[in-house]
Amino acid sequence: MRDVAVVGFAQTAYARSELELNETEMLMPVIHQALERGGIPQKEIGFTVSGSCDYLAGQPFAFVMALDAVGAWPPIRESHVEMDGAWALYEAWVRLQCGDIDSALVYAFGKSSLGDIRDVLTLQLDPYYTQPLWPDSVSMAALQARATLDAGKATEREMAEIAARSRRDARANAAAQVTGDFNADALLAERYISSPLRKHDCPPISDGAAAIVLAAGDLAQRVSKRPAWITGIDHRVEAHGLGMRDLTASASTRIAGERAGVGEGKVDVAELHAPFTHQEIILREALGLDDDVRVNPSGGALAANAVMVAGLTRIGEAAQRIIDGDANRVVAHATSGPCLQQNLVCVMEGRS
Amino acid sequence: MTDAYGVVSRPVRLDYTFTAGKALSRFLTIIEGGKIIGQRCPKCAKVYVPARGSCPTCGVATAEAVEVKDRGIVTTFCIVNIPFPGMAVKPPFAAASVLLDGADIAIFHLLQEVPVENVRMGLRVEAVWKPASEMEMSMESIAYFKPTGEPDAPYDSYKDLL
Repeated sequence: MRDVAVVGFAQTAYARSELELNETEMLMPVIHQALERGGIPQKEIGFTVSGSCDYLAGQPFAFVMALDAVGAWPPIRESHVEMDGAWALYEAWVRLQCGDIDSALVYAFGKSSLGDIRDVLTLQLDPYYTQPLWPDSVSMAALQARATLDAGKATEREMAEIAARSRRDARANAAAQVTGDFNADALLAERYISSPLRKHDCPPISDGAAAIVLAAGDLAQRVSKRPAWITGIDHRVEAHGLGMRDLTASASTRIAGERAGVGEGKVDVAELHAPFTHQEIILREALGLDDDVRVNPSGGALAANAVMVAGLTRIGEAAQRIIDGDANRVVAHATSGPCLQQNLVCVMEGRS
Repeated sequence: MTDAYGVVSRPVRLDYTFTAGKALSRFLTIIEGGKIIGQRCPKCAKVYVPARGSCPTCGVATAEAVEVKDRGIVTTFCIVNIPFPGMAVKPPFAAASVLLDGADIAIFHLLQEVPVENVRMGLRVEAVWKPASEMEMSMESIAYFKPTGEPDAPYDSYKDLL
């Protein structure tokens, strides 16, 4: 395998509702910043790929307009996935394995505020048996949380503590949307919004964008003092029928983690894409993370959850720990679909 | 047994808020007052109308506002002969790409006050604005374009902007 590294990462400050800027205006400064940090001019980028969802904007081919932020002239090699940007990064990584190009720009954008995100996410369900029942994203997560509690794998207190820790850590993250010093006892005194989930167990609704620059081999060494080398990346998907899965575990995360080599060394930091508190517990178990692994120092998806962006952001946040010299080996995880249906795991290391 | 089968209709409706963005909001606010504004790219100097805040060729933000004329050149067109539901004008009529004077990209609009057989590339046209009471934050503030009577623009003057 060819060595590929994250050399640049940038993201917006996430907001509940970005009313002033359109997607292109929101995205452009982030792309420019990532390219600048990555030390590779836009015109030298070998491959460009984005992740977004037309259902968020309610416009077909909305992603094409986002290309206005890229400068696609003379014509560039470009691709798009109708998925979280983490999967766009996977495509870029595969493309870089071909060996004929040395760099890639990956970006993701999403405004969850334009429609009713709970309804929008319902449309990703199986259209014959599940979607007509119109279960919303929070209710489905609540089913999973209930199953996890009943299996004795989590307690509501643990979930509240995850929320408190995430939002406390998020205070150091300038991009975070929900931050603060919360007390688990106080959180547990609040009412359920979809039992057993309380407000603090759920992610905020966020608008935002993120971009990552990848470089291969010698180029990565040249443009970055300390590239975040991708030593393993894998993604797996589970059956779409919720009733066909054990919702209290994540087999797809476990397999992706094994294939990406999570257990082959000490993990300093893990950025897990767990929009709901109980999902962090499921993911920790699936990845076999020890208790001393620092999880989501950025605050994770509980601090900002721009749909289609939050997974790529986990990779960016984890990589940044290496680039900044704060960690040597990190794990990033991204999820898609209801109740952790599809999962991607990326292991990165610093070498200098 | 066939009685057991039927068709179930499951209509799906989602409502969205559209965010025009800074550049387009400015265009829409100004067109309500009967003026057309674009933005110039700081790198290639092209003027985009309506601007969406960026130069898609250069990939940079456009900030400088530039007022363009409400008259220009028909760069290309089509004659609509087939009626469709909700049609505002009776066919046949011409829909045209109009390159406004001062702009580097054409807008799409309706042509009137000209027989369709006389519509041609290079035709000089001008905007016919709606009465002030009907002006809105929309391209619809221009009712249509009509010929100015000026000589046609030579092909070379717009061939790169088709």
